[in-house]
Amino acid sequence: MSTLRTAALVGNPNAGKSALFNALTGARQKIANYPGVTVERKSGRMVLPSGEPVELVDLPGSYSLDPSSPDEEVTRRVVMGEFEGEATPDLFVIVVDAANLEQHLVFAQELIGLGKSTIIALNMVDLAERDGLVIDPAALSDALGVPVVPTVAVRKRGLEPLAEAMEGAGSQDMSARHQVARLTLPERRLSARNIAKGAIITESAAHQLHAKLDKVLLHPWLGPVILFGLLFVIFQAVFAWADPFIGLIEGGIEAAIGFVEATMAEGFVRDLITQGLLTGVGSVVVFLPQIVILFAFILAMEQSGYMARAAFIMDRLMAYVGLSGRSFIPLLSSFACAIPGIMATRSIADPKDRLTTILIAPLMTCSARLPVYAVIIGAFIPATTVGPGIGLQGLVLFGLYLFGIVGAMLAALVLRRTVTKGEASGFIMEMPRYQWPPLRDLAIGLWQRAWVFLRRAGTIIFMATVVLWLLLSFPKAEPGESQVDASFAGQIADGLHVVMEPIGFNREISLALVPAMAAREVAVSALATTYAVDADDEDAQAEGLIPRLQAGWSLPTALAFLAWFVFAPQCLSTIAVARRETNGWKWPLVMVGYLFGLAYIFAGITYWTATALGL
Amino acid sequence: MTLDTLPPLTRAEITSVDWDTLAPDEAKRLRALGIDVGARVAIAHRGIFLGKDPIAIMIGRMTVALRRVHAQAMTVKEV
Repeated sequence: MSTLRTAALVGNPNAGKSALFNALTGARQKIANYPGVTVERKSGRMVLPSGEPVELVDLPGSYSLDPSSPDEEVTRRVVMGEFEGEATPDLFVIVVDAANLEQHLVFAQELIGLGKSTIIALNMVDLAERDGLVIDPAALSDALGVPVVPTVAVRKRGLEPLAEAMEGAGSQDMSARHQVARLTLPERRLSARNIAKGAIITESAAHQLHAKLDKVLLHPWLGPVILFGLLFVIFQAVFAWADPFIGLIEGGIEAAIGFVEATMAEGFVRDLITQGLLTGVGSVVVFLPQIVILFAFILAMEQSGYMARAAFIMDRLMAYVGLSGRSFIPLLSSFACAIPGIMATRSIADPKDRLTTILIAPLMTCSARLPVYAVIIGAFIPATTVGPGIGLQGLVLFGLYLFGIVGAMLAALVLRRTVTKGEASGFIMEMPRYQWPPLRDLAIGLWQRAWVFLRRAGTIIFMATVVLWLLLSFPKAEPGESQVDASFAGQIADGLHVVMEPIGFNREISLALVPAMAAREVAVSALATTYAVDADDEDAQAEGLIPRLQAGWSLPTALAFLAWFVFAPQCLSTIAVARRETNGWKWPLVMVGYLFGLAYIFAGITYWTATALGL
Repeated sequence: MTLDTLPPLTRAEITSVDWDTLAPDEAKRLRALGIDVGARVAIAHRGIFLGKDPIAIMIGRMTVALRRVHAQAMTVKEV
């Protein structure tokens, strides 16, 4: 018996594969890309009962080995051993949904027919029982000729028997497999139906929970109202719930600055740490709570099965602008970050549809813009209430998100009639059954997102902040001259300012936009650093960013700055991922060009209108 | 009768599908989901607001969303 080194989880979408993967590997996961393509490769280590480690890979969900999307193409190539640089798995763990055997056994039989070591994880048996369905694993195993292990991934049930079965899977009898291999799709479907029927012990006509929920959530009138209500609650929560945590982080940063100032001798290094590192990076890290809250909602929507319903409801609206409900999921992810959003477009089969979604994804207000919005709203919009439980600040934030969405829809409409012209695409999507989002999977997902954000803060944002601080600090000002005026950065900003002045941007903003190319949220740390360097004395330096903005900016300037960031094309990572996903520079350049144009025009309109209104 | 005109929650069998009117990739996806001649289906939900699109059909223990154009390509008979 050969040793088992690699195993792959494979199966239909919505079989609970990811939950099983999380349960088997815990937090020991590695997320990377498959070589040459941008499909996410999730792998992790699990330990067999014998103590031997195995590399477990979670393959993208597929309906068959005849792919109809880039995701499914990866699954096919890995399974068939055609993926260069990717080891062919020694063992397949086929994950099937116990409550949807008839459908999931179609693909399972195709995989069994390949004649490799295979076991079946009969997953979500608890949900099947909830729906009145009891299945006999032994009968299923006899019919398929491979071991079958019942599991409930989200409750960590059946994991030990599964690991034992994986260990013993090396000595399988392949004699009956070639028969399965020759079946055509209709034959496989027929045999799947018969096998499922034979394995079901009881099937009561118990009312399925999801049918009742769908009655409300997919209701032609109630459904959209509930969805928009939920989105509104999410954006209110992002502001309201995060407050105490933000206070804690701010307090920690202030304490750290105080500690450094008390213990280090005055000089270049101390200024670099307090003005550059702590002030700059700290002003971005402060937004971690808001990002975590937003991601928590998005992950819960995905894991509960509601996201597919949201796509259903949005399909009609998206169809007006030539897209489909499928684009809603990447676009909603783009509210957290355009990068996973653009990568999630791979599940869109139609190329024109996918391209349009990529081009408009940066218009969704990503979490990197949240710090910018939060600072400006905090400084210029009073914290009053305009109704029970509705704060004005939250309302303005919601308005900015809405502005981005409307802008994106209009952009899609224009793009679909010009550069991505083509036949309107369709919408075909399986609606998974509802379930409580498993806390463990939610926590793992949140941790991964938070870590990515912190890593950005520690690398890109740190670098950008330090470089900016150096540019701001040298050359040193003559006595009586402002440090910012004298610095290299000040000179760069003078040049940019000529272009930005008509739309109400002052020199500090022009300056902040340069390092903000690295990441949008750097705009905040750049402003913080600029004002910190410019402060003449310790007292002024200790003052926060917000009072300085209030003193230095007019309301029209602040509003124009917000409008700019609705479109804000400056994010190198987004441009890079768009280049990778579209295989060239053409589309990223189109994207950057139209976004810069819109940002300039709308910031201008906002500034001129606000000025004319005497705000 | 085509699938899009089937009254809600009425069980029916797909008797023929005009695959040529559908995009090849969409036809492939529909077949992969088991939406093919001989499948038993019923309409669970239709439309948002006053529109008739999209449609959610029940097939086996699955609910699948699709557009009216797909349903129009499928002839069904009540069972």
